[in-house]
Amino acid sequence: MTTKKTIHIKIDHVTRLEGHGSILIDVDKGSVENLKLEIVEANRFFENLVKDLPPHDVPQIVSRICGICCVGHQLAAMKAVENALNLSISPQTRLLRVLLNESQFLQSHALHLYFLAIPDYVGVKSILPLASSHPELIKKALKLKKLANDFTTVLGGRALHPMMPTLIGWRKLPDKNKLQALLERLHESVKDIEEMVDFVSRLKWPDYERETEYVSLKHADEYALYEGKIYSSDTGQSVAESDYRQVTNEFTVAHSTAKWSRWNRESYMVGALARVNNNYEQLYPQAQEVANALDLKVPCYNPYKNNPAQMVEIVHCTYHCIETLQQLLAQDLQMEDLQYQAGEGIGSSAIEVPRGLLFHEYGFDKNGLCNHADAVIPTSQNINNIERDMKQFVPQMLPVMEKEALAAHMEMLLRAYDPCISCSVHMLDVRFV
Amino acid sequence: MKPKIAFFDFASCEGCQLALLNCEDILLDLLELVDLVEFREAISETSAHYDIAFIEGSIHREEDSKRLLDIRSRSGYLVALGACACNGNVQARSNFISPAENYKLIYGEAARDRVQVDKNYWPLWAHTRVRSVEEIVKVDYYLRGCPMDATEFLTLVKALLTHQIPHFPENAVCVECKRNANECVFDKGMSCLGPIAYGGCDAVCVNNGHVCDACRGLLPYANVEAHNELMLSKGISKEAIKSRYRLFCSAEKMSQT
Repeated sequence: MTTKKTIHIKIDHVTRLEGHGSILIDVDKGSVENLKLEIVEANRFFENLVKDLPPHDVPQIVSRICGICCVGHQLAAMKAVENALNLSISPQTRLLRVLLNESQFLQSHALHLYFLAIPDYVGVKSILPLASSHPELIKKALKLKKLANDFTTVLGGRALHPMMPTLIGWRKLPDKNKLQALLERLHESVKDIEEMVDFVSRLKWPDYERETEYVSLKHADEYALYEGKIYSSDTGQSVAESDYRQVTNEFTVAHSTAKWSRWNRESYMVGALARVNNNYEQLYPQAQEVANALDLKVPCYNPYKNNPAQMVEIVHCTYHCIETLQQLLAQDLQMEDLQYQAGEGIGSSAIEVPRGLLFHEYGFDKNGLCNHADAVIPTSQNINNIERDMKQFVPQMLPVMEKEALAAHMEMLLRAYDPCISCSVHMLDVRFV
Repeated sequence: MKPKIAFFDFASCEGCQLALLNCEDILLDLLELVDLVEFREAISETSAHYDIAFIEGSIHREEDSKRLLDIRSRSGYLVALGACACNGNVQARSNFISPAENYKLIYGEAARDRVQVDKNYWPLWAHTRVRSVEEIVKVDYYLRGCPMDATEFLTLVKALLTHQIPHFPENAVCVECKRNANECVFDKGMSCLGPIAYGGCDAVCVNNGHVCDACRGLLPYANVEAHNELMLSKGISKEAIKSRYRLFCSAEKMSQT
């Protein structure tokens, strides 16, 4: 084993981190000379293009930031716009939003774990070979994904860019019979999920650790997803959602069209692992048992274990959705008055979406038209942290791995942070010099 | 040999590919019939030929437009997939502001100037304008909507695989909306672009309590002037009408060409 290796790795368009990213690693005689996670996505200027929109159009348009996180962007925008205009929502709307958000967690986590991450750990290139080698498992994963998509569709009108939810309520209410049917399917899914856990528990995660700052929402009464204060594992303190800029401290680097973030140290992590680390005690007991079964002990400093943390959250959200749906079905759903007074104001919001903490902020002029917007997405908060993980792990991996394995481990690391699905498959153009 | 199908994504939310992945049953059947050539595979782009290339997203930079021209030159059919590719979608709204101003508003003037002169990375920051696919290359078929409709996708692929001409009715959203017996949006006192917008979506937004904002673009025979009069007669202000026309950049757009 030599550490005097000279390696050049360039993985172009590895995976979609809300788009396109590449990994560049130059190692000269065992020392890392250059390591960059390049974000090469074209600019879309979303913050600019909501300008002059009336308040209720804003959530609909920013939904288009990301197809996979569209529900999260809509909910974040609704909350921020409502804060700007001092609007409040009914308990019914809160229940519906909580369900809508968690339907996206089930969908996104199932998609990421099974279609993206797990093929790496089984040593195949995509989910397709698994369909013949593990047909029952894939059938169950597809079933869960379909359940989650149907869930979003019943609640929102369609799975992508739903149009039923709007400011302070629902344009059209979900059908109670369909909600009842979903509740039954959720109950049935518990057994399938147990089998999925059993499979995931047999996978081996690379054993690399780097302690970082874990940032998530925290709520006094529940495992914080829909709302809460912004909590740091470094300080043990929380700040209000309106102070999110204290947290993100965004800055721009030339090799990334996504901005970078840092808070109490050089970088921080958001997402499933950060949430489980920070709010483990508030998980459903069944989810805690799964964490145990997957050997996920908090605090956990291994970023690869973001994958098992997603499995833990699938279990948590399933139980929480069952309980919330029961609560919702026990009451009559009422059409609510959606009229509101548009006017001057500024407001921000924080919400947990599958990939981590999401911030939105909007301002409106005296005519009630949007004159300011800001969005900080989870992936852009994580990029800085991923690059730092890579910088620490590459020298540790160099003596014990060949170049191909090293490149594969970098891709797996990037993927563990949950980039978008469709990119999934693997590299082109890995050159060694 | 099975036909080679490829997906290429430019600036977009990637929701259209997701819309396809959300129909798991169809996907597996489809894969029996075609070779899905994923663009991130280890296949040299320059030598490959695609029978059907699906283009998702709009074109924002010179390097993206070069890549698109290259794909076109190696493709049999080229399909614009979703509203971004078909007409620029909501991101074409940034064309109402200059690129330099867009960068300034998002990154700040100092950061913009710093990164745009970085010799290694400046092409990343060379945003020009938001263009639809047909502004750069010939488009054979359009799969409209934000997001695209999976049923229409299937109609197209089935037709092309069996060497038939795919048929997409050129009717307004209004037609489908009436068929669904929805209460007219105008009667609810709201604006609607349904009378002039491309149908094919089964009026999904109005079915679900919303209005039509013409994400699928305008019909070729759309009479925007008459529609404008109609909106005014329903008591909708000029400003509000303009805002609706610009929302998905369908009835009013500003592009490169």
